[in-house]
Amino acid sequence: MRRDETLADYLKQQGISRRGFLKFCAATASMMALPLGATEAIAKALSLAKRPSVIWLSFQECTGCTESLTRSSRPTLESLILDAISLDYHHTLQAASGSAAEEAREYAMQQNKGEYILIVDGSIPVKDDGIYSTIAGITNLQMLKDTAQHAAAIVSVGSCAAFGGIPHANPNPTGAVPVMDIIKDKPIINVPGCPPIPVVITGVLSHYLTYGTIPELDTLKRPLAFFGDTIHDRCYRRPFYDQGKFAKTFDDEGARKGWCLYELGCKGPTTHNACATAKWNGGTSFPIESGHPCLGCSEPDFWDAGGFYQPISTADFDVNKLATTAVVAGAAAGAAFGLYNRHKKSSAEHQHHKTSTDELKE
Amino acid sequence: MSTPLQLAVNAMKEQIDAPIASFFSSCVHCGLCADACLFYTETCDPKYTPIHKLDLMRSVWSREYTLWGKVLKLLGLNRAITDDDLSKWQELVYDSCTLCGRCSMVCPVGNDIVYMIRKMREAMVVSGHAPEGLKDATVRALETGSPMGVSLTTLEAQIKHAEKESGLSVPMDKQGADYLMLLSSAEIAQFHEIIPAVTRIFHEADVSWTLCSEAFEGTNSGIQIGSSDLAAELLERIVSGAEKLGVKYVISPECGHAYTALRWEGPNLIGRPYSFKVIHILELLDELRQTGRLKTEGMDEMRMTFHDPCQLVRRGGVIEEPRQLLNMVATDFVEMKDYGKWNWCCGGGGGVSANEAAESLRLKVFERKKKQLDEIKVERIVTACSNCRNMLEDGLDENNMDIEVIGLTEMLAEKLTSQKSATSAGDN
Amino acid sequence: MSAIELLSWARGPALQFSVAVFIVGILIRVLEIWILGRKKDLSEPKAAGFSAGMRTIFTRSLPPPGMLKYLISGYIFHIGFFVVLFFFVPHILFFKDVLGFAWFGLPNGLIDGITILSLASLLYTLSIRLSDPVRRMLSNFNDYFAWTVTFLPLLTGYLAFHRHITDYTLMLAIHILTVNLLLISFPFTKLTHAVTLFASRWYNGAIAGRKGVKV
Repeated sequence: MRRDETLADYLKQQGISRRGFLKFCAATASMMALPLGATEAIAKALSLAKRPSVIWLSFQECTGCTESLTRSSRPTLESLILDAISLDYHHTLQAASGSAAEEAREYAMQQNKGEYILIVDGSIPVKDDGIYSTIAGITNLQMLKDTAQHAAAIVSVGSCAAFGGIPHANPNPTGAVPVMDIIKDKPIINVPGCPPIPVVITGVLSHYLTYGTIPELDTLKRPLAFFGDTIHDRCYRRPFYDQGKFAKTFDDEGARKGWCLYELGCKGPTTHNACATAKWNGGTSFPIESGHPCLGCSEPDFWDAGGFYQPISTADFDVNKLATTAVVAGAAAGAAFGLYNRHKKSSAEHQHHKTSTDELKE
Repeated sequence: MSTPLQLAVNAMKEQIDAPIASFFSSCVHCGLCADACLFYTETCDPKYTPIHKLDLMRSVWSREYTLWGKVLKLLGLNRAITDDDLSKWQELVYDSCTLCGRCSMVCPVGNDIVYMIRKMREAMVVSGHAPEGLKDATVRALETGSPMGVSLTTLEAQIKHAEKESGLSVPMDKQGADYLMLLSSAEIAQFHEIIPAVTRIFHEADVSWTLCSEAFEGTNSGIQIGSSDLAAELLERIVSGAEKLGVKYVISPECGHAYTALRWEGPNLIGRPYSFKVIHILELLDELRQTGRLKTEGMDEMRMTFHDPCQLVRRGGVIEEPRQLLNMVATDFVEMKDYGKWNWCCGGGGGVSANEAAESLRLKVFERKKKQLDEIKVERIVTACSNCRNMLEDGLDENNMDIEVIGLTEMLAEKLTSQKSATSAGDN
Repeated sequence: MSAIELLSWARGPALQFSVAVFIVGILIRVLEIWILGRKKDLSEPKAAGFSAGMRTIFTRSLPPPGMLKYLISGYIFHIGFFVVLFFFVPHILFFKDVLGFAWFGLPNGLIDGITILSLASLLYTLSIRLSDPVRRMLSNFNDYFAWTVTFLPLLTGYLAFHRHITDYTLMLAIHILTVNLLLISFPFTKLTHAVTLFASRWYNGAIAGRKGVKV
């Protein structure tokens, strides 16, 4: 369906006659025990029904999330775009470009005021008034605010939009922030992951399209349906963890036998995502299954959470360096205080009071 | 002009050293020291917990010598000790502590609590918070040479008795003798059998020895009251006497703290090493036994045990000697369950026996010794300290226990083989 | 702040601060003790004090005759705590990261059981501290606080591992925060004994050993 196509147009295209359509409406009305005249109302409403408008804004991103979406199989991207939604603006997928593309966006916003879904991928730089990422001369910051104003809901796809992602990593030179840090007055669904699993993206969209409601979210606004469990909770290598069988290097016996990757830095225990169950590439595999520890990419600041190959139980900084400094500082301070005490003791000794026999007689 | 409180605090500041700082830092309030102290076990009064007796010193240490303590001081969370505290603690530092040292042996973190009590007493003396009885004894010791007021005249009278009894002469002020024998006032006044005993033993063993008219007293009230100044003064008399006579050894008598004073604290009190060695009478006797110079005949068949004086055994290091010696003359020797370095105090050491205010407490805690003795049912207790002897006799009397108490040297002398002929007085 | 952000903070800046305070604080305490010094002993020794002191450092861990009953819960707690700290695999990985070498770990089930034993012994010793007249008289804020900051890491570690109470990430963050609290508390409480007891035992053993007494 084209964006301005109605259902009636669409059905005609598919070869369903007006007569057939009315028959369907009558059957529906009688099934729902609706009164006479309902058939006509249903027909009228349905024939005017349009696909929901979706505007996709790409900010400071790598396009990985779009790439992931293109690998979606249930539903496929094509059926999603062509059948279920009206994708009115998307840098990578749209045909238009330049001012024509921007006009399309503005038109869609106007036509579907209050009803369109805004999808965002990429983080938003805010430093120096957001000059570090602009589209058509408009900063991402401004574009987000403008577009979000009349959106029904916002879906932040990918860890960049959800949590700031890689641009947000130390030292964050562009002042990158997630969508939820800027937009406070609209419902936001975070779909993190670097990138998110294809079926998770489409699954969330499908939920909204079907029920018109936001799915149940966790404290980080992630849908519980996909982000309710940790990788560790569903990992097929969990028995090895419990048995204490760990791969210690990437090609040792443990690694080849498929043992737990905790010692190689797996962040599975603290990462919420559906990788262990839904997996990737239509359920083929996921990082751990391929022998690589989970990076924790669906959690905030995963890039700054210590090294990818540092187990969770290690310190997030160079302990030895700190310890050396502390030892030097402590020794200096201790020596100073110690010598001061020694001096105090000497003074006390100088003020020694020699007891005399007479004193005992007092 | 400093107040007594200021003097006490200053004394504590002087006395606190690295070991004490380490001890207070390590104490975890486990309370095990109480379970090792007879003053707690026999009264069940928690105030007698050994480490608690040092709480005033701990407070001074914290406020004066620790960074955190100073911070708390500034914040008003670490109050200073008062004169009232000192008065309250007098009973804890003196009446209920014999410096026996059991607590120091059980502390899991290794605190030597006796070490600290000894130093705490310095602060108590200097601020006038020592017990009356102990003060009097110390004054007597300083002014007359004996804490009991035993004079040279009394000693000379006892010497006459000894010479008559043994048929041997007792050397006095013999220049160049090898050994200078010291005595305790309690021996001279009460257990004077020691004099003929050593006279005979030394005669048989060919030991060159002497007494000293200027320094016959081995005990040191200064150590018990806890004043290093006064203890040094008393000790100097012995040192000067020994140096004058040019002896090689000074013999510490059958007395607990005399050994501590002379052998261990002495050189530190006077600030210089001795020109002579110090040996305990039992150590000498055991040497004589080992070299075959001490011969005995006949055995005592009485069921007996040995009460180790605290200052000799765990605070002194004289542990095996009495047993080796007893084996020479006893057939039915049995150890108490806690014996040797684990023995329980008689309750009278560390100045407690001179402290009238502590008498009822002392007799109460004798219960511990009673329990020890009841377990083994002996007829005789052998010991090597006249104070222990008195305390044991006191306690046994109080509890209607019919057990004999005797000194080890005396017992050995009874069984001494007389091979050499007695020479008339004056010939040695 | 989300749980994962709290965790990053706990094992990052918070742990940095705690380790620094721990090291600096302990060093100050140790040097404050050591530099006070002690007078040289002029009496003639019967035996070497140094080696006697070293011996006492070890032998003082043994129970004095008849006193095992007072010490059992202490043994269970201390041994348990050390076993859990040094032989639980995730902990070993922490040390491996710092020291550069590792050692064998114990099965999680065993560590689990030992944790429970340690927690139980801590609860028992607290009950004694509250009920026994000597311990109650001796105890102050310092003692109860030290008990708490020791109890919490064991408890939260157990809860985190078993994922009983809440989200693992949050519980793990809390566990690491309690460890930070323990580290920070060290120099200011009786927990310093973990370091200074070596000196105390040595002094005790040396003083007695010099006199020929084995303590």
